[in-house]
Amino acid sequence: MIFALKRLVALAVTLMVASVLVFFVVEVVPGDPAAYMLGLNAAPDTVSALRSELGLDRTGFARWFEWISGMLVGDFGVSYTYRTEISTMVLDRVVVSLPLAIYALLLAVVIAFPAGVLAASHRRGVGDTAVMGFTQIGVAIPNFWFAMLLVLVFAIHWRWFPSGGFPGWSGGAFDALKALTLPAIALALPQAAILARVLRSSLLDTLGQDYIRTARAKGLSPRATLWKHALRNAMIPVLTIVGLQFSFLLAGAIIIENVFYLPGLGRLIFQAISSRDLVVVESVVMLLVFAVVVVTFVVDLAYAWIDPRLRR
Amino acid sequence: MRRTAAAIGVFLVALLVVMALLSLVWTPYDVTRLAIPDKLQTPGAAHWLGTDHFGRDILSMLMVGARTSISVALIAVGIGLGAGVPLGLLAASGAGGWIDEAVMRFNDLVFAFPALVIAILITAVYGPGAVNAMIAIGIFNVPVFARLTRGAALALWPREFVLAARVAGKGSLRISVEHILPNLSNLLIVQSTIQFSLGILAEAGLSYVGLGAQPPIPSWGRMLAESQTLITLSPHVAIFPGLAIVVSVLGLNLLGDTLRDKLDPRLTHER
Repeated sequence: MIFALKRLVALAVTLMVASVLVFFVVEVVPGDPAAYMLGLNAAPDTVSALRSELGLDRTGFARWFEWISGMLVGDFGVSYTYRTEISTMVLDRVVVSLPLAIYALLLAVVIAFPAGVLAASHRRGVGDTAVMGFTQIGVAIPNFWFAMLLVLVFAIHWRWFPSGGFPGWSGGAFDALKALTLPAIALALPQAAILARVLRSSLLDTLGQDYIRTARAKGLSPRATLWKHALRNAMIPVLTIVGLQFSFLLAGAIIIENVFYLPGLGRLIFQAISSRDLVVVESVVMLLVFAVVVVTFVVDLAYAWIDPRLRR
Repeated sequence: MRRTAAAIGVFLVALLVVMALLSLVWTPYDVTRLAIPDKLQTPGAAHWLGTDHFGRDILSMLMVGARTSISVALIAVGIGLGAGVPLGLLAASGAGGWIDEAVMRFNDLVFAFPALVIAILITAVYGPGAVNAMIAIGIFNVPVFARLTRGAALALWPREFVLAARVAGKGSLRISVEHILPNLSNLLIVQSTIQFSLGILAEAGLSYVGLGAQPPIPSWGRMLAESQTLITLSPHVAIFPGLAIVVSVLGLNLLGDTLRDKLDPRLTHER
């Protein structure tokens, strides 16, 4: 309980400092955000109108406080380019990015689990060598390039999946998931490779323990030992990695969305950068940071719950 | 098996470095010269890896692109080492104290920003470019090295040779620099190799989305971005830059594994 409280305080402090940093970098350091957003040829009165709209006549601290207290209640401000509530825009995009990240995480686990178990149970055998070889390539492939190859083969050549775009969830989950499948595979591959390696080495560590020898000595088959005893204990580091990967997937989705023209947070942030919509940029960045910090927090708690030695 | 992997790693990294160095003095064609009549040629005798949509020689672009990848990743590792190692040493020397706590919280803070998010922030305000990509990836590297250094240094502090140095009257700073740091060098070399390969991947990703090196400097990521609409017409334009990235990262990872086995005898047990 005390551990959880301590971590919660650390989480709040991290988020607060992060928000100051984001705000400072985007709105204070470059000088006049209004002039920046409007570009070089803006008329002076347009700039001053935007200045008062953004509240730039007030101190940086007052603006930061307003921004962050708004975010806490779900009010992210208004996009300068689109003239709509940023929270609505973000919500429209989250329903693409979040399912994509979850889909990719599930795929990564589904691929990595059998691969890791196969490699560990046939150590130095053909299966192990093959899995380790694949994982080496898996971590070396840039996921956006892999995505392009997937499009070439499965969307253009065989036409099994759409090559890009997103039909929305209103037309049925099947079409939506179909549109997310290639992006999810591209995102999942490197993570699956990492996960398979972690699972393999964690299983090998566990299989070398005394209680495994005891289990074998009392007549349990290698297969039963692996499934009943080793796997459960080997899962602790694997779960941690799975949790941490979620934030990588969320960030990785930003790039993959660009390959498939998916209307997710990634597309939103790049559109905002090119239209110099700083308010959108800082809000989406803060949202991503929030997601990473919260996931890390949950992983910390889960880890401590599984392994009491870590509750310091 | 392990020997083969090591040999492949050394070979691939050597290939990458030679390509980049050679491009300083010679490339088959000028990468800034546009030759539209020669556009989208498939690999052949004149252009070994074909040409792109502007008729530029892909092999020449890959060679110069290797330079971009290496310099961005190398400087990013430098930033990570330069800031992360002192932070880690400082945290370990004042273990348990407020310095340690402050350094570790700072690490948590930077960990909350994936490299891509840092790059987005920097480019949103200061514009895209190779230098900003270096800084973004470099900042991401800082906590990686800080954590590694702190963990390893903490394990060294109770050792006898450190105690001896203390008895000799040396302060924590001198001990950190003269006794702790030299013992961490192997670990840092291995981690640098890993971060270097991650840096190449990150640079490719950033320039793919337009946040890395800007035209006319060739970069592998941007070559891929430009090839995306041509992939059905001329797949080779998309395939070779991707292969260049895979081959470089694979080589560095294999080299990293080999170095780890060689430099850290504790890890040579069966894995």
